[in-house]
Amino acid sequence: MTLTALAFYLFATVSVASAFMVIAARNPVYSVLFLILTFFNSAGLFVLLGAEFLALLLVVVYVGAVAVLFLFVVMMLDIDFAELSEGFLQYMPIGATIGLILLLELILVFGASATSLEAQVLATATPEGMTNAEALGRVLYTDYIYYFQAAGAILLVAMIGAIVLTLVDSTSTRRQSIAAQNARTREDGVEMVDVKPGQGL
Amino acid sequence: MLSNLSLILPELVLFIGAMVLLMYGAFSTKDVTRGVDLGAMGLLVIAAVLALTQSPNGQEVAFNGAFAVDGFTSLMKGLTFIATAVAIAMSRDFMAREKLARFEFSVLLVLAATGMGMMISANDLIALYMGIELQSLALYVVAAINRDSLRSTEAGLKYFVLGALSSGLLLYGASLIYGFSGATGFGDIALAFQPENGQLPIAMTIGLVFLIAGLAFKISAVPFHMWTPDVYEGAPTAVTAFFAAAPKLAGMAIFVRVMMTAFPDAIVAWQQIIIFVSFASMALGAFAAIGQRNIKRLLAYSSIGHMGFALVGFAAGTQDGVAGVVLYMALYAVMTLGTFACVLSMRREGGMVEKIDNLAGLSQTRPFMAACLAIMMFSLAGIPPLAGFFGKLFVFRAAIDAGLYGLSILGVLSSVVGAFYYLRIVKIMYIDAPPEEPYAPMARDMRYLAGASAAFALLFFVYPAPLVELSELAASALFQTPAVEVVTSIARP
Repeated sequence: MTLTALAFYLFATVSVASAFMVIAARNPVYSVLFLILTFFNSAGLFVLLGAEFLALLLVVVYVGAVAVLFLFVVMMLDIDFAELSEGFLQYMPIGATIGLILLLELILVFGASATSLEAQVLATATPEGMTNAEALGRVLYTDYIYYFQAAGAILLVAMIGAIVLTLVDSTSTRRQSIAAQNARTREDGVEMVDVKPGQGL
Repeated sequence: MLSNLSLILPELVLFIGAMVLLMYGAFSTKDVTRGVDLGAMGLLVIAAVLALTQSPNGQEVAFNGAFAVDGFTSLMKGLTFIATAVAIAMSRDFMAREKLARFEFSVLLVLAATGMGMMISANDLIALYMGIELQSLALYVVAAINRDSLRSTEAGLKYFVLGALSSGLLLYGASLIYGFSGATGFGDIALAFQPENGQLPIAMTIGLVFLIAGLAFKISAVPFHMWTPDVYEGAPTAVTAFFAAAPKLAGMAIFVRVMMTAFPDAIVAWQQIIIFVSFASMALGAFAAIGQRNIKRLLAYSSIGHMGFALVGFAAGTQDGVAGVVLYMALYAVMTLGTFACVLSMRREGGMVEKIDNLAGLSQTRPFMAACLAIMMFSLAGIPPLAGFFGKLFVFRAAIDAGLYGLSILGVLSSVVGAFYYLRIVKIMYIDAPPEEPYAPMARDMRYLAGASAAFALLFFVYPAPLVELSELAASALFQTPAVEVVTSIARP
């Protein structure tokens, strides 16, 4: 029990601190790295809650894809983030007001809310003796196959859309020719040259 | 499982067909746009026939209640698929001439039609959202398909951002509804709120409002219409023609279905909102269109106004009202496609023209096109005995039967205001002097399409019975379950 509590406080503290560093760091690359740290610690929190599949997804999807994409964008685009964030503090009063209101609302909600018994039953949805991933897999391809396939169709449309709207099919584009690559032999690619000492090619 | 598949057969045919066409287009070395277009139209016609013949007795559901098929969904799906096929037929000549011909265009339209079918048949909040997104995503892409044009990309981006916002509103409403009813299925939501359980909880009403906001965006009803004129104007004209017909049919169908099947007993809560939205749309459509000089913008405002008229029947909340909505939307789709067949033919040597003033003297240079467009304008204005008049007649009769006298009077008044700008187009074509430069001749497809829809609008009054009966049959499908029977008694005290 104490170990779990200890782990919780460790993960929670590190994720809050690194989340703060995401917005506090001057260098945008550091920000993205801190973001990845936040994701990892949140994944740890999910494991503590018994939602190991969500933890896995968080690491695979957010760290593996989204954060790396961010990193690429940050490093590829020549944006002066220091200049962008200049004058940012002038919005401080309104930001602080909104934050304060949200905090008060959260306190009110937690103070006044009660959890219904049904919700407590629903919260432990995983059947006995089965992992999260297995339980999800059992319903995803049976009961929810329609939604699953519909989501697939939406992603297909997104893919077609991205290609239609961005792919420039010009003659100057050099395309990979796998057949030509496979047909290449050592003789085509390598030439033995007898170089005299001190002369170079 | 097999019975599940037989119910989603029209969507399945469209989806698998779209993937086959995509593969064919992507892997063939030649330009196959025309072949893919033909294939897409064939698929849509097959799907429409499948959907129309599928109509089971009563309602049948598939996939644990995610997908429902009844007389209403069959008819609306059939109409939507046919409208999409006609839009592809109209786009072929235009896209080739504007150098926009790409095989992905008709594949995307087929996928959008799949989404519309899923949306019309949705029987669950998740299925509803999935269908809407599949449809919308394809629409955003085709709006921006002329990617070298600033206006087209702006239209696509604007549509995308506002569409994402409306999806957010819809999801927020759906989550509130789920939270307070404990169910996502329409039938279960209706059961959770029987009148004997007392008043609708306030959070539920808020959820309902957000859901209506999201759906109203899809049919471009006021106050969620702001995207329409810009998107209609910016998108290539063939895409605008598609936007004006099929997505509106599908959006209106699911709007009516959600309210009638998931909230039959909360009619008092949503009727007020529909009345307001309907009135605001009619008024804005009538007044804002007067100042327009661009025919596509004018038709955008006209479509906002027509959604308002269709909603009049919906506001009545009765079976007659829903039948009126179905009939109105079917007639509107025919009229708007016919109008766009003429707009797509507004072409001179230099390219397309879109100004209303450019139509001057069309009756002398292109008498056939002028006649077709004039009939369409008279019909859209609702002048008897053209088809548009009957649509208005049915929705207003239902509204008066339901006691909505105020809304009916306001509707008729805005119809009179709207007639002004429709008739002004006729005046410009027939009375103003012709310009020096004549129009290029109409393409053959366009001539047939414009002629056919003009003939339909002109001769509908001779034998309106089949379509009227079909729409009444479709509406009765929504009023078969006992839970919904209660509605009629509430609506007619």
